[in-house]
Amino acid sequence: MSGKPKLALYWAASCGGCEIAVLDIKEKILDVDAFFDIVFWPVAVDFKVKDVEAMEDGEIDLCLFNGAVRTSDNDYMAELLRRKSKILVAFGSCACEGCIPALSNTTTKKATFDWAFADSPSTVNPDRIMPQIRTETPVGVLELPEFYETVHSLDQVTDVDYFVPGCPPQAHQIWGVLEAVIDILENDKPLPPKGTVLGAGDKTCCDECPRERQEKKIKGFKRIHEVIADPDQCLLDQGIVCMGPATRSGCGGLCVAVGVPCRGCYGPAPNSKDQGTKMIAALASVIDSDDPEEIDRILDGIVDPVGTFYRFSMAHATLGPVRAGNGSRSEVSS
Amino acid sequence: MTTTAEAPLRGPEVVSTQWRPRIVAFLCNWCSYTGADLAGISRIQWDPSVSIMRVMCSGRMDPTFVAKAFSMGADGVIISGCHPGDCHYQEGNYKTLRRVHLLKRLIEGFGIDPSRIELVWVSASEGDQWAETANEMAARIRALGPLEVGS
Repeated sequence: MSGKPKLALYWAASCGGCEIAVLDIKEKILDVDAFFDIVFWPVAVDFKVKDVEAMEDGEIDLCLFNGAVRTSDNDYMAELLRRKSKILVAFGSCACEGCIPALSNTTTKKATFDWAFADSPSTVNPDRIMPQIRTETPVGVLELPEFYETVHSLDQVTDVDYFVPGCPPQAHQIWGVLEAVIDILENDKPLPPKGTVLGAGDKTCCDECPRERQEKKIKGFKRIHEVIADPDQCLLDQGIVCMGPATRSGCGGLCVAVGVPCRGCYGPAPNSKDQGTKMIAALASVIDSDDPEEIDRILDGIVDPVGTFYRFSMAHATLGPVRAGNGSRSEVSS
Repeated sequence: MTTTAEAPLRGPEVVSTQWRPRIVAFLCNWCSYTGADLAGISRIQWDPSVSIMRVMCSGRMDPTFVAKAFSMGADGVIISGCHPGDCHYQEGNYKTLRRVHLLKRLIEGFGIDPSRIELVWVSASEGDQWAETANEMAARIRALGPLEVGS
């Protein structure tokens, strides 16, 4: 092995999009390979977990960890890579704030299992056989990782140095971060303060949006398939729920530029921790009504407030995860 | 009125044998806080489980405050401002009205009973109305029981 700095990439509970996004830096990946020694990257190279376990603590210089922590295996890998890495980066929305996997924090593990393994229309499981941590078979004991009750972000289970948000992080931002790290390691420069959000802006998505905001008031919310949105006007002005005001900038306004409302993947805006409650404040300003009944009628147009406002940040939601016995009128739905 | 030595939220008494509800009330400076003050001056008794936070306008009540109050051990939240049309800042209370309607839907999505948030209009002359609101809310939260938020 060479004396090059060591790079590891790992995926926990994620879709794999962040791995693809790393390759979206195109030929620059050759620069990455030239500078770093890639010591662990299950999706691309053939090193195993035991190779990581055999390393010295702190031997890996940079670890980009994507994916949320859903199972005991994710938890083990998070802890292992933390121990072996000098710099651990929560890479992508899942590792930063839970993202789509953490939406299951609005329900229980039992309800998730019931749906996934028994009740969904495409499943035939009349005996309701559920995954077990240990199963005795004639040929030996089979083991599966434990499936946790809640999904956690990486920083909720271990110590994280930096955060790179986005679902997935945009290629130019990834390259920006890698370039900066290469520069720091090569020229012995100081690292940014711990906990810094890298590869993202310090404003909201609205600040990058090319559309014109007139701060109109609206009488009803529409969903994206119900209207053909005006190409130049602010989507919120047109009554389309757009997470722009509550979302960190950094993507370059990709979705809004092509007529799709911001879904909030870069996480809460700077200086705010809870994306959903910030979004409430923003939406309350655009509703054109002072009458309680009319307000309720307008709000009926927002089909799933929790899922919409916390689509990417559920693991950090102040009020989450959902727990039984809080006196909810509607019991936790499956 | 609020200078009594209150234990911090989620203090040791929460785990003691006797549970008592903790209700945080955000009162606007111009109407509702003065209304609650009037209740005090008039020596009207109201439930001691209600702790008052004064804000300049009910419109200052960021929904984040309510979420934070719940996460730090509050079992219920009262938000009170001037009557519609009477807002010192013209329309802050209307903004609050819209926020609270949406916030109630949000907390219901988290499995929290929306009636744990109460929005009322109390003017500076309605001390009795304030006491009634506080007592009603305390009774409601006692019936609902303690709230558990967070992992």
